Amino acid sequence: MKIHEHQAKELLTKFSVPAPRGRVAFSVDEAVAGAKKLQEDFGIGLWVVKAQIHAGGRGKAGGVKIAKSIEEVKSYAEEILGKTLVTHQTGQEGQLVRRLWIEEGNPPETEMYLSLVTDRETKSISLLASAEGGVDIEDLAENEPEKLLKMSIDFSTGWQPHYSRRLASFLKIPMKDEAGLSKQLHKFMTSLYSFFVQNDAEMLEINPLCICGKGAEAKIIALDAKVNFDDNASYRHPTWAELRDEHEEDPAEREASKHELNFINLDGTIGCMVNGAGLAMATMDIIKHYGAEPANFLDVGGSATTERVREAFKIILSDKKVKAVFVNIFGGIMKCDTIAEGVLAAAKEINLNIPLIVRLEGTNVEKGRALLNESSLKIITATSMADGAKKAVEAIA
Amino acid sequence: MSVLVNKDSIIITQGITGKAGLFHSTQCREYGAQLIGGVTPGKGGQVVDGFQVWDTCEEAKQKCNANVSMVFVPPFAAADSIMEAFEAEIELVVAITEGIPVIDMLRVRSFLDNKNKLRAEHGKEPLRLIGPNCPGIISPGQTKIGIMPGYIHKEGAVGIVSRSGTLTYEAVHQTTAIGLGQSTCIGIGGDPVNGTNFIDALDLFNKDDQTEAVIMIGEIGGSAEEEAAEWVAQNMKKPVAAFIAGQTAPPGRRMGHAGAIISGSSGTAESKMTALRNAGIEVAVSPAEMGSALKNIYKK
Repeated sequence: MKIHEHQAKELLTKFSVPAPRGRVAFSVDEAVAGAKKLQEDFGIGLWVVKAQIHAGGRGKAGGVKIAKSIEEVKSYAEEILGKTLVTHQTGQEGQLVRRLWIEEGNPPETEMYLSLVTDRETKSISLLASAEGGVDIEDLAENEPEKLLKMSIDFSTGWQPHYSRRLASFLKIPMKDEAGLSKQLHKFMTSLYSFFVQNDAEMLEINPLCICGKGAEAKIIALDAKVNFDDNASYRHPTWAELRDEHEEDPAEREASKHELNFINLDGTIGCMVNGAGLAMATMDIIKHYGAEPANFLDVGGSATTERVREAFKIILSDKKVKAVFVNIFGGIMKCDTIAEGVLAAAKEINLNIPLIVRLEGTNVEKGRALLNESSLKIITATSMADGAKKAVEAIA
Repeated sequence: MSVLVNKDSIIITQGITGKAGLFHSTQCREYGAQLIGGVTPGKGGQVVDGFQVWDTCEEAKQKCNANVSMVFVPPFAAADSIMEAFEAEIELVVAITEGIPVIDMLRVRSFLDNKNKLRAEHGKEPLRLIGPNCPGIISPGQTKIGIMPGYIHKEGAVGIVSRSGTLTYEAVHQTTAIGLGQSTCIGIGGDPVNGTNFIDALDLFNKDDQTEAVIMIGEIGGSAEEEAAEWVAQNMKKPVAAFIAGQTAPPGRRMGHAGAIISGSSGTAESKMTALRNAGIEVAVSPAEMGSALKNIYKK
């Protein structure tokens, strides 16, 4: 699950990770009021107006502005709110800005890069760092890997001072100085790591991580923050529900998640309904193999009910691009007759006027096939996965 | 011989009184597995559908000398249950549970790796975890520990190792259809952090007399397939066929399985297929051709 920058910063602040103070705003008035409050409470005279969307690349798309007065805050808020930002992560259609984060301006002396991820390769939480901030980390990894530090943190010990020393040394932060920067870094990292573990994050990126202020005043601050949470852990984080922003989600995918369906919208024309994630991906692949494009990824799961199958079918058909539907089921726990009942129930509700190709195999396959054969629906039956995919591709030709 | 499990495996189910746990325990017993009973804390002493229930794994181990545990415990308590089984010295834990938080699995792996290091120092065999988020393990004609439909399997020569459940059934179906059958099928699961990996399974198949060839089924995300390819090139004595699911998956999206995600330029189907081909593995381009890919190399 993705959250907004302002939510990430508010959560990190609670874990004593230093981040700029700010206020969230859903309107221009709220933006102005927020900026004034920051001025009154903390004597702030420089603000940053930041578009809050889940995609990265906001700055380059004009979604981040520095304001020197309340008037400027107002005019930037007017400019950015309601604007559709197109970044390398939003796709061509872009993402509408519905909220802003107004924060204190902290001109950085030094910008660095830092991230933590759950690392499947090392079975630990890994840290990536670079002395260059604001960079595209994937570019850097590819072109200048020597500028990256990768450290796996032993899960049984958690964050230890030796990790901080190695990190400070790589980032060229002095071990001893009047601001105590290396001590600040250790405190920062200890808090960040414990935030990561306790909040079931799967990715946390501070880009840039900054040193703001000079001499004894120098401070380490998370100038930006991006956090993804592990959806599997949502049961132990009831507050995540409030952090979710449905505007950032695809409507069909949102509807699917209500019915506990794994659904992803794609660009093709053949709708797919499959049981099991691996088989669902393979079904997309085989459609492509025979020359067409899948319209979606859909795993109805191993324990789907007739009801859930019906909803899945309706979601597929709500996509106007879909010219044919391919149902590919290898029933293990999932019973073929349950699938057949769901398909029939959905077809009854919706006037199905596109070709439906069904391949059933596995548990209760005879019952399932009989149900489909007895119905008045025009169904193209397939004897194997390849046969079904071929017939689906032929049907839209 | 099959690998890891056989007709002599003595099995308990953790979470046996739950709906799924009980249903699949019954199915395994019907297949011929020696599934004696199970563990549900607070329900010790009960007998459910002929299965003895104990409160703890330690008690179960003492009473029936189980060497395998099948875990159906819900995600919030699953990691703890897996560790409990290992503490009771149950050698193989097959975790079916889907949806265990990654942080919990990091804890389990750290625990298990440390335990196995100590065991190695004392000359003991390692403890082994299969899964989580997997269909389990089956040695056709001998035993079934998991949720796969038993009847599609046929005792035979092909070892199957897979990150996906239903796609494994597809491979089983295809190898049964060409008359080869299966020695053992291991579902290693779709989660990013798991126990047994491809290399572990390939190593076991390499040493197993019954297994004459192997099908490995991978998917997008991570680099386990690339690592396996390297291992195969250097060590594998038997022919290997493979399929990688997710050739058409968009980057950055999680395709159902928690582990199936292309991050940046890593974890793509293409890079995996190339690595496998370079290692001399026969790669099926379509999931319908896993059986025929195997046949191509099996003759040689």
